[in-house]
Amino acid sequence: MKVLVVDDEVDIQDLFLQKFRKEIRNGEIEFSFATSGENALVYLHEHESEAILILSDINMPGMSGIELLREIVEKNTKPKPIVMMITAYGDDETRNKALSLGADDFLNKPLDFGDLKERLFKR
Amino acid sequence: MQNFLIAFFALRFIRTHLNTKESLPQYDQYLKVLNLFIVPFLLLLNFNSFERFLPTINFVWFVVFSAIMYVLWLLRENNLASSLLKAGLPFFIVNSLRDIMEYFFSSFTKENDSIIDLVFLGSLFWMIAFAISTNNQIKALKKEEEKNRLVVGENEKLEILVRERTSEISAQKEQLESTVEELKATQNQLVQQEKLASLGELTAGIAHEIQNPLNFVNNFSELNLELIEELMSPETPRGGIEEEELLSDIRQNLEKINHHGKRAASIVKGMLQHSRTNTGQKETTDINALADEFLRLSYHGLRAKDKTFNADFKTELDPNLPVIEAVPQDIGRVLLNLINNAFYACAERSRAQSKVNGENPYKPLVTVSTLKIDDAIEIRVKDNGAGISEDNMEKIFQPFFTTKPTGKGTGLGLSLAYDIVTKGHGGTIEVESKEGVGTEFIISLNL
Repeated sequence: MKVLVVDDEVDIQDLFLQKFRKEIRNGEIEFSFATSGENALVYLHEHESEAILILSDINMPGMSGIELLREIVEKNTKPKPIVMMITAYGDDETRNKALSLGADDFLNKPLDFGDLKERLFKR
Repeated sequence: MQNFLIAFFALRFIRTHLNTKESLPQYDQYLKVLNLFIVPFLLLLNFNSFERFLPTINFVWFVVFSAIMYVLWLLRENNLASSLLKAGLPFFIVNSLRDIMEYFFSSFTKENDSIIDLVFLGSLFWMIAFAISTNNQIKALKKEEEKNRLVVGENEKLEILVRERTSEISAQKEQLESTVEELKATQNQLVQQEKLASLGELTAGIAHEIQNPLNFVNNFSELNLELIEELMSPETPRGGIEEEELLSDIRQNLEKINHHGKRAASIVKGMLQHSRTNTGQKETTDINALADEFLRLSYHGLRAKDKTFNADFKTELDPNLPVIEAVPQDIGRVLLNLINNAFYACAERSRAQSKVNGENPYKPLVTVSTLKIDDAIEIRVKDNGAGISEDNMEKIFQPFFTTKPTGKGTGLGLSLAYDIVTKGHGGTIEVESKEGVGTEFIISLNL
């Protein structure tokens, strides 16, 4: 499984790599990272035909997670990437907006990695 | 007879004009009795048959006139009394001597009758002349008194007026003082309100900025627990690469925990500094750190408040910027205010544009830059927001001027920023703006 994590906090990368160390070692999951919405779009463009699960933070300077989601949905690439949104502002308004725009799941910060693993491998 | 007449009128005159009722109350009654006592003598002396009692009558006159002279002597401090004394004394002496001489040396008196009469007449004229002059004096005195009374009256009126005015003025002064006190209290309240308002705008940003590092602290410490358990597990071979990797990760994570813990602490410190009463004490201040911190806080505050709006921000901080002596809370407030305004201007422009087009090509951007120029440092806060109209440019630093809707802005932010930079730090603050293009505030602080 290929996962693109989009978050402006760089330390999130080490966190994912260590939390999923066993799964990575076993080849069950592969992580890529982007520190902004813009970078994520570039990455997706470069890996167009691959099946990628996107885990994106909402609150980022410049292009926000919501805008990134809108771009991805509008591009309508096949196969359609799975987009899971993560936010520190887990209010209903943001959640509903993300889901109505086509997000596949919605997670709150701080991340519960046990729960995240479950959700990821369900896909 | 004429002597008693003189005594009668002299007594009346003294009692009236010298006001013996008040000036000599203990003698006044006697003078009154004496005055009445003379009346029968005035009548009796019209009959010649009383000629033989002349020595007795003369003695009575002597006593009466002595009393008059004594009273005048007592009142000699009074100008009028002293004049009357001078007028009457020669007459009294001459008359008394004549009577004595007539009684004891009647032959000598008869021989020198004409001379004695002449002396007597002289003393009489002296008395009359003095009396006339005294009368004139009295009139002049009365006029003077009248004038004085008028002056005193006027003075009293003036004094009353002055007192009234003084009390009016002191009432006004008190009112002004209390107004000034009220104004000072209101000003302090407003400054505090402005602080709280900007802190309120920050709250969500602060929550986010603290939540993020705390999440890392939690996540990395949990992770370390897992790594340590893995390390201690008998399945992990001792001395191998795996053990080394685990130890290196644990160490790296501890560094991250430490870093994010410090990050959260510095945000709390900044917030406390911002809200506490300013000591005004200058201290060594890292402007780059302040600019970076407040830009992040402001951004997250804005994002939390208005989730539909997003802006990009960037810093262009001079790595060689020296630390300066400044009041960090104050400079922090200035930066926070300018940055909040910058994001607000971007949001305004974004709203105005999205109304026009369905798509919004506008990319809001707030940039904070610092630069060392000669003996000064320059801080620029730039946005590509709505800009300031020419009319408003003149007023932006005025207290209570705001273009924000009622309740959204106190109108004190920029005015306080101006005071802090110019009065508090001897620096300058300038603004360049173009409507629809953006605004740039340039602060210059001397090293």
